[in-house]
Amino acid sequence: MCIEAQKTGINLHTISQNTIFANNLRLTSIMNLLETHGLEKCYGNYQALTDLSVAVPQGSIYGLLGPNGAGKTTFIRIINQITGPDKGQVLFAGKPLSSTDIYRIGYLPEERGLYRKMKVGEQALFLAQLKGLDRASATKRLKHWFEKFEIQSWWDKKIEELSKGMAQKIQFMVTVIHEPELLIFDEPFSGFDPINAQIIRDEIINLRKQGTTIIFSTHNMASVEQMCDHITLINKSRNILSGNIDEVRRTHGGNVYSIQFSGNIDSLTNITAQSEAPFEIMHHNSERNELQLRSNLPTTNALLGLLMQHIEVLAFKPLVASMDDIFISAVKEYNQSHGIKTV
Amino acid sequence: MKQILLILQREFNTRVRKKSFIIITLITPILFAALMVLPTYLMSRDDEKARNIAVVDLGQRFSNVLESTENLRFSYITDTPIDQLKTTFEKAGYYGLLVIDTLSNNPDPQLTMYAHKQPSVTVLSHITRTLEKEVESRKLTSYNIENLDQIMANVKTKLSCATINISSDGKEKKSSTMVAMALAYILGFIIYMMVMLTGNMVMQGVIEEKHDRVIEVIISSIKPFNLMMGKILGIASVSLVQIVAWIVLTLALSSVAMSFLGFSTDPTAMAGVDPSIAQEVNINTSTNEMLQAIQNLDFGLIIGSFVFFFLFGYLLYAALFAAAGSAVENESDTQQLVLPITIPMMLGLFVMISAIKAPDSTLVQWCSLIPFTSPVVMLARIPFGVPTWEIILSGALLLATFVGVTYIAAKIYRVGILMYGKKATFKEIWKWMRYKN
Repeated sequence: MCIEAQKTGINLHTISQNTIFANNLRLTSIMNLLETHGLEKCYGNYQALTDLSVAVPQGSIYGLLGPNGAGKTTFIRIINQITGPDKGQVLFAGKPLSSTDIYRIGYLPEERGLYRKMKVGEQALFLAQLKGLDRASATKRLKHWFEKFEIQSWWDKKIEELSKGMAQKIQFMVTVIHEPELLIFDEPFSGFDPINAQIIRDEIINLRKQGTTIIFSTHNMASVEQMCDHITLINKSRNILSGNIDEVRRTHGGNVYSIQFSGNIDSLTNITAQSEAPFEIMHHNSERNELQLRSNLPTTNALLGLLMQHIEVLAFKPLVASMDDIFISAVKEYNQSHGIKTV
Repeated sequence: MKQILLILQREFNTRVRKKSFIIITLITPILFAALMVLPTYLMSRDDEKARNIAVVDLGQRFSNVLESTENLRFSYITDTPIDQLKTTFEKAGYYGLLVIDTLSNNPDPQLTMYAHKQPSVTVLSHITRTLEKEVESRKLTSYNIENLDQIMANVKTKLSCATINISSDGKEKKSSTMVAMALAYILGFIIYMMVMLTGNMVMQGVIEEKHDRVIEVIISSIKPFNLMMGKILGIASVSLVQIVAWIVLTLALSSVAMSFLGFSTDPTAMAGVDPSIAQEVNINTSTNEMLQAIQNLDFGLIIGSFVFFFLFGYLLYAALFAAAGSAVENESDTQQLVLPITIPMMLGLFVMISAIKAPDSTLVQWCSLIPFTSPVVMLARIPFGVPTWEIILSGALLLATFVGVTYIAAKIYRVGILMYGKKATFKEIWKWMRYKN
């Protein structure tokens, strides 16, 4: 019998991140860098946010998930003070958000770009100065970043002369140039090829190691699983699911197990035919003698005990639900319970 | 404030360094200077060339009446028939062929000029005036009046009407309707041009930021209102620099060109007025009067109100242009949004033209008070003299409207810049205006 995690690599990764996280917590004492309480926002008759409360722990990578039009961008814009909430409160580092806090926040919007006809260096300086840096230190930091990315020769080029990927690198750079305490990325990987996406991913992890808190809004669930510590799922303007990612995956995993066996499964199918069956068979591969089933029993042992009465269990492993599945089922469930048709 | 300055700087620097800006700033004064210098130059060139004109005096009554001048040489021809002359005069080196025909009972000759090119007004008026004088004096002589010359000298009368403006405190000032008209037109037109051109630049700048998708990046560091004001002021300073450069360069170039070509900067010559016509309206005295009238203009008031009305007229319209730009993503979509902005401005221009003819009409008076037309129309009225309370009222209205319109425009702008993917209708813009912050 062999009980193992399915996605070993990824889980190990999460563990190492958690260790860092724990270290950070120990150093900085437990606090939330950003908290919102009961945010409401409507545009005319359109309700963009309803009673939205989230807490973003200091030093975490916080995933902001949700279907298109759920209200993620409105939420982000409120934090960036691009727009104000109709109701509710935003606390930044324990104090109500003030206008100078924009210098402590970096924001990479989904609809992003740079002045196409402006030179790279000049433009980066301009944006850095807008974020409160003085000219001298902005120049110094930019030179450092240009060396790091090995793009010194781009300084006098116009953005329109660069490829999309190159421009995105510059964009990332100017987002983090003022070394903000909170970074907000809206779909950060769109527009990057896999190699450059990896560079940016490493850069983000690096920033987190230095203590930066990161909010991540994305549809890319793989990167959420890989990087995020906490998530909030927004649907139809509301926070419908929130918490530590491992906890979320455990509680919303749906108790799905993969089993390798020998023997006849007819007796198992007979059990599932009963009303209020203890488990249901989701998938059966008869050639390889593999089963996937969802358990309705309270413990894993109970399920295992029941199975052992009917078949010879060769391997047994819990399947951790992917964020994709959790996302889809949570949205569906919410929409059904509120009588909203899922398109 | 620091942020507005940053935006202003960026707008200024990127625009001033553009090749197109440098080229237009340099080429326009050359064109203006050429427009001022060339007509005078060509006119003088034209006159310099001496012209030979063949004269056939059929009745032999005007022999040698037409005397050759510096530029016109008249040769009386008696031995060749007209029909033959008509075909040969050009080969013989004549510019034209003048036929003086006399009818037996009519003392007035019939004049016909044959030429291959249309003869200039100067030539024709010289001929007709010379012969007119001759015929007149012959007619007068025929009455056999004694001491005719003396009588004529006594009779000769020349009048001109000086215009003097009396201000409310009883002071008298020499004025000139001509000067007032010219100044009114120039001031009104400059404001119109500046507001339209610069306003359009603001709109394009806003669209560029939206189109390049840089707007949300910027707006996370600066309030939309500050961004809008920085942009508007930055672009205003660009066109101010351009206008000053144009004026300075045009004056410098044209005076250099004038002195190089050897003209005096005499206003009659500059204006390219036919000297003979100029004499008739007695341009010399009126030039003096004009100079006096110019000196008597209240330059403090004119410059002061120009700056005020230009600044706030521009700010008012620029805010509207910015709002229009924020509602679209491409320049091609601006048409219907720009129309309601340009109509009042155009109206102002038309009223301004009528203000030059009738500066005190009711329409002009109203339009010089209504904020959307007042920058153009009031400026055109000021050289003619406007009661102080009207200027102050107009200025106050403009200021108040500027504040109100900018507030509304900023609301539209704030929502519009973040809207992508759809062309905004007026209905939608109306909705945006009522969104809470």
